[in-house]
Amino acid sequence: MSRPVDRESPDRLYTITSGRSRGGDEVFDAVTLVVAECDPTPGMQSEHSRILRMCQRPMAVVEVSARLGLPVNVVRILLTDLLDAGRITARHPTAVNSAVSPFASPDVLEKVLVALQKL
Amino acid sequence: MHSKSSDPAVPLPATAEQGLKIAVVGGFGVGKTTMVHSISEIRPLHTEETMTRASSAVDDLHGVEGKTTTTVAFDFGRITLDETSVLYLFGAPGQERFWFLWDRLFTGALGAVVLVDARRLADSWYAIDRLEAQGTPFVVARNDFGGPPHTLDQIRAALDLPESIPLVDCDARSRDSVKQVLVTLVRHVHSLSTTPEAV
Repeated sequence: MSRPVDRESPDRLYTITSGRSRGGDEVFDAVTLVVAECDPTPGMQSEHSRILRMCQRPMAVVEVSARLGLPVNVVRILLTDLLDAGRITARHPTAVNSAVSPFASPDVLEKVLVALQKL
Repeated sequence: MHSKSSDPAVPLPATAEQGLKIAVVGGFGVGKTTMVHSISEIRPLHTEETMTRASSAVDDLHGVEGKTTTTVAFDFGRITLDETSVLYLFGAPGQERFWFLWDRLFTGALGAVVLVDARRLADSWYAIDRLEAQGTPFVVARNDFGGPPHTLDQIRAALDLPESIPLVDCDARSRDSVKQVLVTLVRHVHSLSTTPEAV
C-alpha cells in the first residue's frame, strides 16, 4: 500500500518537531479538518509548507499525516505551530456524543443514513 | 462498477466542516482494510500514531521520568456525505495489546463494526468485550470466507451476543454489502439514541 511510516529516522522526526514529543492532543482530533489560511512563505520549514499546500481545501489530521508520511502525533505538533501562527484554521468535529448520551444525535444520524443510502 | 478516482485527487468540498468517524475492528486478516477499500472514495491510506505513556511509580522514586512508547498502525478511508460532512472509516487493530488506542480512536465515533471470520471467532471476543465496556454502539458483520456454513444464530451463540445487537452477513469486497453494514450500524445507533432505555 504505502511505505511504512516507521522507516523514518527518529533523528529526522526529532528535527522536524524541534525535539518536542507532545502537543496538540487536545486541539486536534484525528478527524479535525485543517484549512490553510495563507500560502507558504520562503524560508518556512518544509513540512509546514507542505501542509499549507495540502490544506488549500479542508483535509483531516489523519489524512495530512498519511500524505506527509509522518506519525499523527508529529503532525499534531506541526499543526499546533501553524495554528498558533494563524496560518491555518481548524474545523473541529462537534461532539456527537456527550456525558448525557453516548450516542450521536438523531439529527446527525439521520443525515448520515440518508447520505449512505444515496451512495 | 463503481469507479474510484485516482489519488491524491478527490479533495473535500471547501465547505466541509464536520468530520465523523466509524471504526472497523476485528482480528488480523479478517478483512478490515478490504472493507474500508470497498466503500472509500480514496484508496485507503495508512498511518501511525506513537503512544507515549507515563512512568510507573518505581521510576518516580528515582526522579527520572520513565516512558514507554508504542506505535500503532491503522488504515482509513473516507466518504464525503454532503457539502459539510465527511465520514472517516478506520480499520483498527483488534488485538489486546492495543487497548489503549481504543479509547482515543473511539472518542466521538458514531459507532463500530466488528468484522468476524466464522473460522476464528475467538479473535473478536476481546473487541466485543471492549466495546461493550466502553458503551460504544456496534454491530457485528460476518465476512463471508466460504468454509463450513454456520447460521447467524450459531455465530450469535458462539459470540454470546445479546439479541439487541445486530448481526449480519457481508462480503467485505462488495461495495453494496459494506454499504448495507454501515446502514445497519447507523440505524442501530439511531434506535439507541431515540430510546435510551433500550441500552
